[in-house]
Amino acid sequence: MINFEYSRVATVKSAIDILVKNPGAGFIAGGTNLVDLMKKGVMSPTRLIDINSLPLKQIEETPLGLKFGALVINADLAADKLVDQKFPLLGQALKAGASPQLRNMATVGGNVMQRTRCSYFYDVAMPCNKRNPGSGCGAIQGYNRMHAIFGASDKCIAVHPSDMCVALVALDASIFISGPKGERKIPFADFHRLPGDNPEKDNTLQKNELITAILIPKNNFTKNVHYLKIRDRASYAFALVSVAAALELNGTTIKNARLAMGGVSHKPWRLAEAEKFLLGKAASNENFAKAAELGMKGAKSFGHNDFKIKLGAAAIREALTKAMNA
Amino acid sequence: MRRKDMEFVRCSFCELCPQDAGSRLNYLSQNFLNLVNIFSMESKHINKSRRDFIKKSTAVTALAIASPVILRAGEHDEKIAALFEQMPLKLEVNGTQHSLSVEPRVTLLDLLREQLNLMGTKKGCDHGQCGACTVHVNGKRVLSCLSLAVMNEGKKITTIEGLAEGDKLHPLQEAFITNDGFQCGYCTPGQIMSAVACIREGHANSKEEIREFMSGNICRCGAYPNIVDAIMEVKKGGLPV
Repeated sequence: MINFEYSRVATVKSAIDILVKNPGAGFIAGGTNLVDLMKKGVMSPTRLIDINSLPLKQIEETPLGLKFGALVINADLAADKLVDQKFPLLGQALKAGASPQLRNMATVGGNVMQRTRCSYFYDVAMPCNKRNPGSGCGAIQGYNRMHAIFGASDKCIAVHPSDMCVALVALDASIFISGPKGERKIPFADFHRLPGDNPEKDNTLQKNELITAILIPKNNFTKNVHYLKIRDRASYAFALVSVAAALELNGTTIKNARLAMGGVSHKPWRLAEAEKFLLGKAASNENFAKAAELGMKGAKSFGHNDFKIKLGAAAIREALTKAMNA
Repeated sequence: MRRKDMEFVRCSFCELCPQDAGSRLNYLSQNFLNLVNIFSMESKHINKSRRDFIKKSTAVTALAIASPVILRAGEHDEKIAALFEQMPLKLEVNGTQHSLSVEPRVTLLDLLREQLNLMGTKKGCDHGQCGACTVHVNGKRVLSCLSLAVMNEGKKITTIEGLAEGDKLHPLQEAFITNDGFQCGYCTPGQIMSAVACIREGHANSKEEIREFMSGNICRCGAYPNIVDAIMEVKKGGLPV
């Protein structure tokens, strides 16, 4: 990789200050995606700002819910007792991701910021509107087995590869962001974008901003939850399709439901219509099947990923069943 | 830190080399093939190690190819010096303190292998996908190929070389031998470092759990069943790892 300058910072303010003064700079925390991309020449920051000393490592229960800092390590969040007892869907999603070594290095903020693993994005010799706006999309007419079936555009059909983010969307999380103009908080579901005409923008982070924390509001999804990840291998592979399912049951009646999918779009895909259908219904195979049908509405495949449509429906049914039986 | 003068370092092989940079480069480029022969003869004669020879002949090749760049060193010495700008780094490896100087882009893996000559840790994929580069940093298993050396300031690194106590093998090393846990052996250092951590983490309670928590280490020879057996044996044995 090209050489770069390297600084360490100890406060959020100094991190942002250095970023403002160095237009080609970027933050590095765990580095598990960034170092890989730099080796491939996909991203080439001229300066890396090491933010690992920032005080963003707390996991705490607040009156509003579970709040955890952007520098919390994935493995630590997955092993946290609070997460295990009160937000098990998050724990399951985290444990489904990457490998033990990677989970020991990766941070929450990095998991949110990670780039797509589309092979055309990763190969600097290939056309890619995300990496090189205007150069075209190699995947649409190319090898698109891992690509999107929802929300794609004619510029980009890449998917966001995170598992944690699917659970965060399902659980209505919020995200805290700091910048030169101060702090802001937005629904996590609004953080990632659909590709549209600007696939080079993965998310709505503005220039010189830094993610500081995530908040999951209090909820009753403490028992009947399941994160189902379907992949080519039994472990350590990205999702072909994944489903985060959470049910709040009153006997066998569904009081509250959450459904979100991964591996199918540029951002985690919330199945709002399917959730609405399930409210007040019996937790039955029939209703799960109907929910799956609603959830897959509007799916569009690109040739090599046609299987995701049938697989997606089956995954929704299975995730709901496993959540019910949890 | 910047080197003020772009010093042209003489390779120590050949007394025929001219003194000034310009003539030296011409000499090297014109006599490249001869020089390679001289190196190989000298290497056999003095019994230098294969690695040493490859390093030095590669350096000559690099010089020959890079000659236009270095010729302009006088004019652009600031740019060239910036390419090699290094940072201080202090860390502990297998109980030994090191004070080093590295470029920011050097990975922990390359630091261990190239600067510290600890070849036990392997470069399998260099992209975080195979686990062969697994080491312990402050007691946690990580992939050294995706860790920048400069980001490990003040940390304690343990490599495969740090497991045994003198001639006494670590229980997991013994178990890998008795259970035939490796064939070519290339993934093995990473497997063992990962396995030690897996047991310490409390993730070796069943074969299924071991398979899941060892999933970050792949083995092209397919020694997986025996690797799992080795880990089970050590876990059941109850000895501290």
